[in-house]
Amino acid sequence: MTTTEPAPTEAEERPVGFGRLLRKEDPRLIRGMGKFVDDIQMPGMLHLAILRSPMAHAKIVSIDKSAAEAHPKVVAVITGEDLAEQGLAWMPTLSNDVQAVLATDKVRFQHQEVAFVVAEDRYSARDALELIEVDYEWIDPVVDVRSAMDADTPVIRDDLEGKTDNHIFDWETGDEAATNAIFESADVVVSEEIIYPRVHPAPMETCGCVADVERVSGQLTLWSTTQAPHAHRTVYALVAGLPEHKIRVIAPDIGGGFGNKVPIYPGYVCAIVASLVIGKPVKWMEDRTENLVSTGFARDYVMQGEIAATKDGKILAVRTNVLADHGAFNGVAAPTKYPAGFFGVFTGSYDLEAAYCKMQAVYTNKAPGGVAYACSFRITEAVYLIERIVDCLAYELEMDPAELRLKNFIQPDQFPYESKTGWVYDSGDYEPAMRLAMEMAGYDELRREQAEKREKGELMGIGISFFTEAVGAGPRKDMDILGLGMADGCELRIHPTGKAVVRLSVKTQGQGHETTFAQIVAEEIGIPPEDIEVIHGDTDNTPFGLGTYGSRSTPVSGAAAALVTRKVRDKAQIIASGMLEVSVADLEWVKGSFHVKGDPSKSVTIQDIAMKAHGAGDLPEGIEGGLEAQICYNPENLTYPFGAYICVVDIDPGTAVVKVRRFIAVDDCGTQINPMIIEGQVHGGLADGVGMAMMEMIAFDEDGNCLGGSLMDYLIPTALETPDWETGHTVTPSPHHPIGAKGIGESATVGSPPAVVNAIVDALKPYGIRHADMPLTPSRVWETMRGNHTPPI
Amino acid sequence: MQVTMTVNGNEVSEEIEPRHLLVHFIRDQLGLTGTHWGCDTSNCGTCVVLIDGEPTKSCTTLAAMTGGHEVTTVEGLEVDNVLDPVQEGFMQCHGLQCGFCTPGMMLTARALLDSNPNPSEDVIREAISGQICRCTGYSTIVRSIQWAAEHESAVSIGSPA
Ligand code: FES
Ligand code: FES
Repeated sequence: MTTTEPAPTEAEERPVGFGRLLRKEDPRLIRGMGKFVDDIQMPGMLHLAILRSPMAHAKIVSIDKSAAEAHPKVVAVITGEDLAEQGLAWMPTLSNDVQAVLATDKVRFQHQEVAFVVAEDRYSARDALELIEVDYEWIDPVVDVRSAMDADTPVIRDDLEGKTDNHIFDWETGDEAATNAIFESADVVVSEEIIYPRVHPAPMETCGCVADVERVSGQLTLWSTTQAPHAHRTVYALVAGLPEHKIRVIAPDIGGGFGNKVPIYPGYVCAIVASLVIGKPVKWMEDRTENLVSTGFARDYVMQGEIAATKDGKILAVRTNVLADHGAFNGVAAPTKYPAGFFGVFTGSYDLEAAYCKMQAVYTNKAPGGVAYACSFRITEAVYLIERIVDCLAYELEMDPAELRLKNFIQPDQFPYESKTGWVYDSGDYEPAMRLAMEMAGYDELRREQAEKREKGELMGIGISFFTEAVGAGPRKDMDILGLGMADGCELRIHPTGKAVVRLSVKTQGQGHETTFAQIVAEEIGIPPEDIEVIHGDTDNTPFGLGTYGSRSTPVSGAAAALVTRKVRDKAQIIASGMLEVSVADLEWVKGSFHVKGDPSKSVTIQDIAMKAHGAGDLPEGIEGGLEAQICYNPENLTYPFGAYICVVDIDPGTAVVKVRRFIAVDDCGTQINPMIIEGQVHGGLADGVGMAMMEMIAFDEDGNCLGGSLMDYLIPTALETPDWETGHTVTPSPHHPIGAKGIGESATVGSPPAVVNAIVDALKPYGIRHADMPLTPSRVWETMRGNHTPPI
Repeated sequence: MQVTMTVNGNEVSEEIEPRHLLVHFIRDQLGLTGTHWGCDTSNCGTCVVLIDGEPTKSCTTLAAMTGGHEVTTVEGLEVDNVLDPVQEGFMQCHGLQCGFCTPGMMLTARALLDSNPNPSEDVIREAISGQICRCTGYSTIVRSIQWAAEHESAVSIGSPA
């Protein structure tokens, strides 16, 4: 266990496998030599810009594009009707709904795509948008999620046959009768409406693509900001009817994803269509407003949370009723059987007797999306619910929130633990993580300081959150997206000189795959990471797999990388047995070479074996030349990382400005591959948590106008709102993952919002405050202090 | 119109439209794509370059306004195959993940260290507060700049690339 990793003072020895290793990605990125989508220039390349609806809900009466077409630099102007003629006006979403590529009948959210222009340069394309005249006829928008199912509400999706309301799905999990019975007889029941407002991942690079269709061969190459190149290729094949072998999707350097680059957006389809029709490469790059107002949002859950407990603080049951706002099209990227993602883990890290959740999802006149922003498939919402309601219980019982959690944890001997909603937690040891966080924070001392400050009327808060995630989707027996099993392939080739290339189906957006995957292979086969090239983000050059999101790269693709390396090593062992003239069983693997058992002087290195595998001379019987393998890994279970977070805040009673003074994060992601990268992943997620808890929200006015459409309105934390993070870790390996790793990408984004909110609410305890909804901006804190707290939606 | 300026020590003279933003001029016309673009409202700082040594948002600057001035982009930080200590610091301290904000952050750091060789953590945070990083949570960026400050005197550090 360590605390904050210090900046290194001198060059350290480079590990052959796991350990702190500087990133292979960095030398190009620090020189400005990365290749992002917008960096791509091609001869004759045209620029595409999208005209968007100013209204949230309106009938399209007419579109006049003649003036735009007359612009001297415009090559084409395309409307929904033009696309409809080709059968391309609608496309499938990742949830088996459909979404308009360009609106034909009516617009269903403000900034929906209505037409596009292709022009010789990006300025002219934008100029021409202003020349398109669209006549809209206003329809009352459905903005308030709570009234979306009211009888007299306009029906948003009248494109769906027989649709008479705004209902998407009802979903439930757990045992309703058993849960209700416990609630009826429990000593203490606490209820609270807990809202997780709509937020947006807002990666620093917006979404975009360059589509290039070769006229003669029909080959499409698409450079795209995608976290899931293979899945996207298959969807394009389904939408455009292009054969898959004629589609190459390349995800070059990606400027952050956080789930925002999982869905397929109309802009990608428009660019492909434009290149197909015009026969030239076409670039589409959205601006920041377009990114915020139209691409994958996150959360938007109104949760009625209830918790039942004994009066001495044994938690018995949790119950929740959720209303989910999915926007105008159901574009959630979640496994088919899990319309609410993995929200079912809302029972958290606690050993309960029963739990029940009931959920309804509805359409509203807002942008589609739903699973994005590092949420591990809705675990963010689940963790926020349980960690907030547990704090409400602590408030009612007048119990210390750390003590309450420690009293209710699932115990180490209970793993694998089946939760009351049917999730099998692979491994966990919660108390040491909680104790470490408390020790790092100086918890008791902080509580003493708080008591003193309260005496003086100063506002200081200490917030705790303990989360368990379920990541690494997922076992193909019950997880697919659009019918595609959630497995990942991996291919490893060892060259004759002992250098290697490993090809992945996943794709980094900053997580450092080029480094960590080289380390996984290095750990398994003893070739130094610098001799291992990682290829990813190119469907023509990598095996099939579902991509990087939901913290699945290490749990799924990382396992594939370890197993494919073991497969190669097994073959290497047979070749080594021939070289050393002993039986396979007489060989012992010591990282990087095979030794004859009992005689270490007789050994061959993996490099010797690689040369032998490709060289002249006989190989053991039945063994082909070469040293390479490919596998497709199907995880047997999800992995369950966990962590204990403590946040300390000070609030200025005169201005209600909240200062995050300290943040202590102890994470357990199982076996660690590169602690430096893990720490970085945690830091980024913690900043997200501060943002969501205190600043970020995509709000709408009553007409459905999006109020979060720029970085002036949608506030993201800077270096001034964030503290110097203090991190630590415990290691509880996953029993079913070949190297015991669990995934870390989203842990902190999931775990930190409740810690920050719990800290702020704790600071406001002298005002009798038990709950306040995010985002806790100064004005919302100010109102809360005055007893005027209102829900954000 | 014609505009002439110095970019990374080289004089460039190009025909532009008066409305061309400096960021587009640098990226599209000069092909220096290390300078990025990330917002419409001058908030993100991924476009920061140095104009006469001052960090400047190139998305909010007309190329025409830069005539006669000296522009430094990320491509100008490495001189004769020797990395700037700031670049080295970002690698050593994991100051970048996706690398999209990084060029702007490094240029601001360079300008800060030029005027204040030994800045405190608070001063560093203030200096980069007009720029957003969505990946790192800033602590490692702060450490990277501190690393550079400490190593500023050691000129030939070399690259582990
Ligand atoms: S592009 Fe965002 S500030 Fe310049
Ligand atoms: S490294 Fe990705 S935005 Fe800063």
